[in-house]
Amino acid sequence: MNELNILGEPAGGEHHHCWRCGHDPAPEPAEPLSLFCQFCNTLQPPVPDYYAFFNLPRELALDLAELQRKFYALSRLLHPDRYTRAAERERKYSLEATAILNDGYRVLRDPVERAEYVLKEAGFDLGEQRSRDVPPELLEEVFELNMALDELKSGDQSAVPQLVESRASFQQMLGEIDGELAGQFRRHDHSEAREARHTILEQIRKILNRRRYIRNLVSEVDRQLTAHGA
Amino acid sequence: MGTFQIDFGGSAKKRIVGIDLGTTNSLVAWLDGMTPKVIPTPEGDRLVPSIVSYSADGTRVAGEAARALQIERPENTVYSVKRLMGRGLEDVRDDLKMLPFRIAEGSESVIRLDVGGKPVTPPEVSAQILLELKRNAEAHLGEDISQAVITVPAYFNDAQRQATKDAGRLAGLEVLRLVNEPTAASLAYGLDKRKEGIVAVYDLGGGTFDISILRLQEGIFEVLATNGDTHLGGDDIDERLMAIALEDIASEWGESLSGNLEAIQTVRRAVIEAKHQLSTLPKVTISVDYRGRVYQRELTRELFEQLIQDIVERTLQPCREALRDANLTPEQIDEVVLVGGSTRIPLVRKAVEALFKAKPHTELNPDEVVALGAAVQAAILSGDVEDQLLLDVTPLSLGIETMGGVVSKLIHRNSTIPASATETFTTSVDGQKNVLIHVLQGERELVRDCRSLARFDLKDIDPLPAGMTRIEVRFLIDANGILNVTARDLRTGKEQSVEVKPSYGLTDEQVETMIRESFEKAEEDFAARQVREARVEADNILAAVEKARANPAWLDLSDTERAAVDEALNGLQMVYHAEDHHLILGQIEKLDAATRTLAESMMNTAVRQALKGTKI
Ligand SMILES: Nc1ncnc2c1ncn2[C@@H]1O[C@H](COP(=O)(O)OP(=O)(O)OP(=O)(O)O)[C@@H](O)[C@H]1O
Ligand SMILES: [Mg+2]
Ligand SMILES: [Zn+2]
Repeated sequence: MNELNILGEPAGGEHHHCWRCGHDPAPEPAEPLSLFCQFCNTLQPPVPDYYAFFNLPRELALDLAELQRKFYALSRLLHPDRYTRAAERERKYSLEATAILNDGYRVLRDPVERAEYVLKEAGFDLGEQRSRDVPPELLEEVFELNMALDELKSGDQSAVPQLVESRASFQQMLGEIDGELAGQFRRHDHSEAREARHTILEQIRKILNRRRYIRNLVSEVDRQLTAHGA
Repeated sequence: MGTFQIDFGGSAKKRIVGIDLGTTNSLVAWLDGMTPKVIPTPEGDRLVPSIVSYSADGTRVAGEAARALQIERPENTVYSVKRLMGRGLEDVRDDLKMLPFRIAEGSESVIRLDVGGKPVTPPEVSAQILLELKRNAEAHLGEDISQAVITVPAYFNDAQRQATKDAGRLAGLEVLRLVNEPTAASLAYGLDKRKEGIVAVYDLGGGTFDISILRLQEGIFEVLATNGDTHLGGDDIDERLMAIALEDIASEWGESLSGNLEAIQTVRRAVIEAKHQLSTLPKVTISVDYRGRVYQRELTRELFEQLIQDIVERTLQPCREALRDANLTPEQIDEVVLVGGSTRIPLVRKAVEALFKAKPHTELNPDEVVALGAAVQAAILSGDVEDQLLLDVTPLSLGIETMGGVVSKLIHRNSTIPASATETFTTSVDGQKNVLIHVLQGERELVRDCRSLARFDLKDIDPLPAGMTRIEVRFLIDANGILNVTARDLRTGKEQSVEVKPSYGLTDEQVETMIRESFEKAEEDFAARQVREARVEADNILAAVEKARANPAWLDLSDTERAAVDEALNGLQMVYHAEDHHLILGQIEKLDAATRTLAESMMNTAVRQALKGTKI
């Protein structure tokens, strides 16, 4: 699949006519999307595209209150509880559609997961291994942190204050990274050209890798501190 | 059904009931107009004890009738079976120490209780409770009931949910939805749709503990987080008290009661009664009278609270975890709702109040609120309630085994359900024809610390060089919290067949066989009963005719009339032992016809005698 051609395509784009009444979808689908046949109002096979599902422009900065409103409204339309008495095929579509809706809500409401989703859709490879490479600017700090962790693991409690301190400093870094991400999200949404967006996404990927790396450090420190009763 | 009603595949407008299948008590409820109501038993009870008693000939009774047999037949009277649902032998060693039942062979992946001469599985026992509730509902509502919503502890895993669904099927109920107990309670509580805000539901019943945190907004009940312990409840408190009482008795009576099941059940009754009284009184007496031997012991609430302190404490950690997962502080909880009989204990209320810094709601009956909520959910499914919707979550993370015995998580706990994840698998050996996927539930990193759910065998893969075949597997947790797996060969686009091997619980085929057997058995039972009833009727008429032949009216009959009666009498005696109630009833009718004149003249004689004031 071409990495960019799914942008903005409506959810119903891939199916041609209604499974129940046979009608082709209307040329300009009405709200809410073409999840339903415009003629007989039957649920159609859902397409797993989160942005299309929520009928949102493919932007990285989202209004979470608006997202929640849409989530509730779509839940009312799609949830299996509403299809107990429906035909088996429609029941199945309701289950699939609601799973996509819930998965999509989970991803879109979280800035990091949202960005990773957009990266993946744009064809970026999000290999986990990358997060193991120490970002060069952190080399020194990470080296010292690992020393302190080793001391703690060997039962030396004197490393505790240092660990607590560097955890705080890494947490502060996370805060800064989130600010940086928000800025890139806005830049992304404001640029129209695909090439420009692509360049910004590349930057976002780098920031996300650094973020993941630091997060793992923080949780490792947390784990070791709890395990050694600090 | 009215002429103008259209029947959509036979399921339209069927009534759906809501069932709370509890460890200790079970209830069935329905929505009467807009009011959820508990359906009482014919005797007028609202709670049905979750007890089933088996007799040597395999017949069973459930509910109050079974409770009455508990002391007389302790080893054949099953209670707290919910603790065994969807579990393997290893999981329940501790439970079995406190339950007086024998375990049959072959109980590793499904427990088989040796009661009534034939091994029964926990879903079969639960099915008897469900049948009892179904019959009560049918008698009360005057219609057949075949569809239900059944509640389960929120923290039930896949196997425990599946076992509950199996129990429904065995009882002839189509389980349209499994609903989590605390969530159901919130439905009953928030039926008034103006209720908005963050609600915590704390549910401590007989055998399980659940905590759920929900956001109520415009009729949407969105679960934010859930946590719990499926082995924590009033039963554990009973065990503490039992230990003390049994030790006392051993020293006072100079003999241990261990092995004396009847005596142990008597003591259990006594400590439970004392426990209940302690919720309102500062001091009670545990009082046992077993075959004339008496044991009494005073128990203060203070000592009781010391005894159960750690049990109450154990409920608090799941509450903290749920708060953390919901990203909330205790101050952000607007209301706390208490559910389950064990929340009547003052210490429990104190602990909950201290944790959430809010006075818990107690205006709803903690025994009934789950069933009432199940009835609301049933009405949502039937379309009778349209403005409310429950969005629940899966309590446990779902993952697959990867290299080195590590679990790779696919769907995280507290994800709103239905939820899904896809993974692509590929072959690693040339010509490989199947791929085995081991699915687990739990929060830990290693396979050995998680709970094995099932193995899914992707079968009949086209034998190709290694890595050529790529199969996309879709894991979908449905609205019942039960996993469904489908697979597709990415090269051919074809649906890939998947064979499910559950780690715990019954296979579909086993359930089918049980349903068939129980139908056959039910027919057998029914036929036998009809023959017995026909014979009783025959006995009555034979005795009556015998007596009539001594009546003066007999001599008033003509010879042919008397011959006809004798012939019909012989006819009935001939078929009396036949195993066909139609034959017997046919002959009864003939005899009845042949004796009509006799009966009439006897009646006339009787009337004449009565008028004369003399007795026959
Ligand atoms: N007044 C009371 N004081 C203390 N405990 C009580 C009181 N009344 C009932 N209980 C206890 O509550 C438990 C039963 O509660 P409930 O009926 O809510 O449980 P359940 O629904 O059967 O179980 P579960 O929800 O765990 O499957 C029993 O352990 C019972 O002893
Ligand atoms: Mg309960
Ligand atoms: Zn249509």
